[in-house]
Amino acid sequence: MTFAPETDSAPVGRPGPTPGDLARGIGTPATGGARADGVGGVELVEVSAYYRTFRAVREISLRIRPRAVTALIGPSGCGKSTLLRVINRMHETIPGTRAEGAVRLDGIDIYDPRVSPVRVRRTIGMVFQKPNPFPAMSIRENVSAGLRLAGERSRSVLEGMVEDCLRRAALWDEVKDKLKQPGTSLSGGQQQRLCIARAIATEPEVILMDEPCSALDPRATLQIEELMADLKRRFTIIIVTHNMQQAARASDDTAFLTMGDDRAGYLVESGPTAQIFSNPTRQLTEDYVSGRFG
Amino acid sequence: MDDRVLSAGDLLLAPPTTIDLRRGLTDRFWKLLSLLAAIVVIAPLVAILFFVVARGLPTLTPQLVFNAAGNTTAPGALNAILGSLQMVPLALLIGGSLGLAGGIYMAEFAGPRVVAIGAFIVDVLLGVPSIIAGLLIYGTVVAYATGSSAIAGSLALAVIIFPIVMRATEEVLRLVPEAVREASLALGIPKWRTTISVVIPVARAGLLTGLMLAFARGFGETAPLLFTARGSNALNVGQLGDPMSALPLFVYQNSRVADDFFVGQAWSAAIVLLAIVLLVNIVVRGRSIGARVE
Repeated sequence: MTFAPETDSAPVGRPGPTPGDLARGIGTPATGGARADGVGGVELVEVSAYYRTFRAVREISLRIRPRAVTALIGPSGCGKSTLLRVINRMHETIPGTRAEGAVRLDGIDIYDPRVSPVRVRRTIGMVFQKPNPFPAMSIRENVSAGLRLAGERSRSVLEGMVEDCLRRAALWDEVKDKLKQPGTSLSGGQQQRLCIARAIATEPEVILMDEPCSALDPRATLQIEELMADLKRRFTIIIVTHNMQQAARASDDTAFLTMGDDRAGYLVESGPTAQIFSNPTRQLTEDYVSGRFG
Repeated sequence: MDDRVLSAGDLLLAPPTTIDLRRGLTDRFWKLLSLLAAIVVIAPLVAILFFVVARGLPTLTPQLVFNAAGNTTAPGALNAILGSLQMVPLALLIGGSLGLAGGIYMAEFAGPRVVAIGAFIVDVLLGVPSIIAGLLIYGTVVAYATGSSAIAGSLALAVIIFPIVMRATEEVLRLVPEAVREASLALGIPKWRTTISVVIPVARAGLLTGLMLAFARGFGETAPLLFTARGSNALNVGQLGDPMSALPLFVYQNSRVADDFFVGQAWSAAIVLLAIVLLVNIVVRGRSIGARVE
């Protein structure tokens, strides 16, 4: 096993490595070249997350099915967003933070010392609560940013990829005549779909969404949900949401977190969404999904 | 007494009470005071412009702009103009690059302790009298290496420019929202690439403003040049190892000659100095505003 340099690429047509291999830095990176359809299953093993001495997430173990939408629900402050950021090592970008336990992508621990966080994030993309297109870039540049700044130079590759990703993000028809305008000139819902297009452009296996609709109106929200239903055929999607109806409508599986007496978030239960909402095993879950607390 | 109940509308029409009147007076008093303060600030600027133009305009002749001071029949300030236009850009190149690099490090990479220490050092440097910068270079470069020279003058100006650019750079980069950095890191773009290709373009207008302020400051400095570039009547283009004149030096030295002709030339050179600084201001600021609107 060798470590590939960040900009290398494999010949087209060769079966590529699995996402786990990629996260470990083995085989073809996301910049061009063929790659096999990975599986994209995520497994959390006793994950804890800290801000300095404060433990925000306590020993969460959870299996996330590949190519399905998993919703993380729970009251404010229960660590949903923190947990999400642990899954692509964005948590550690905040000074004074650390995570414990293992996060396995197809069996490979993304916290393995041999794994670079840069590669993890290219394999596990993220969409934020507030749409955050790059302010100094056009719509086209926003979509191509991930590949461009990772070293992809071929204009034809980038051009084709921009259209493809915008189509997959259901945004192409609305922006095809103004690709040179700044990304920030779009409406909130369009900006969020632009951010999704940007995230899928690096061909990740997993997409994390941190309350992607909380800044959007109902119509834009519905568009994002429809998009998720479409994208899950190719990507594993993990979404944090405060909106119970959204979790019920848009997710296949649901994990319910709440806050313990030590203010650390922990997992109450998880399972198929239908079961969590109609027939939860724990009283706490039932109280939450029926709106009696939280 | 009328037992009719007062309506809200009646209250609106009620005559002003003493409290209302007092508030009105207080309001007017503070408005007037802040207007006065604004005038006190603006007045010296207007006065400077007025005196410089009034005293210098009559002697602002082609001779001043096109002849060097060494021209015995018709001396001018060309050597000083060209001297400033050589030494200040060179100083900006040296001090500006160091300042940019330092500011980027402070805003993007340094830990809190380094930031605190660095900010203190920059504060001290900003407060160092400019003659001390000249003495520093005199005691090192001039005394042991070059003698009086343009390069020593540039280095002395660079000592002045460096902390200004560093502080401006740091502050402007801190204004770039964290969401922009997160968006980039979450795409698997390395930190250094994020800084160069995502954060700096967003802050471009502000960075240019910082450089321009430093340029203007360097252009107007006399003291650091007294012991370093020293001044020269000869036209010196490109000979950085030789003494060189500069506009502020020309103004200073000519204003001390007991001859109305030379004093008049000092005033005229001051107009040229102001004009160049103003021109650079307009060009750079115009461009950066354009970039922001784009």
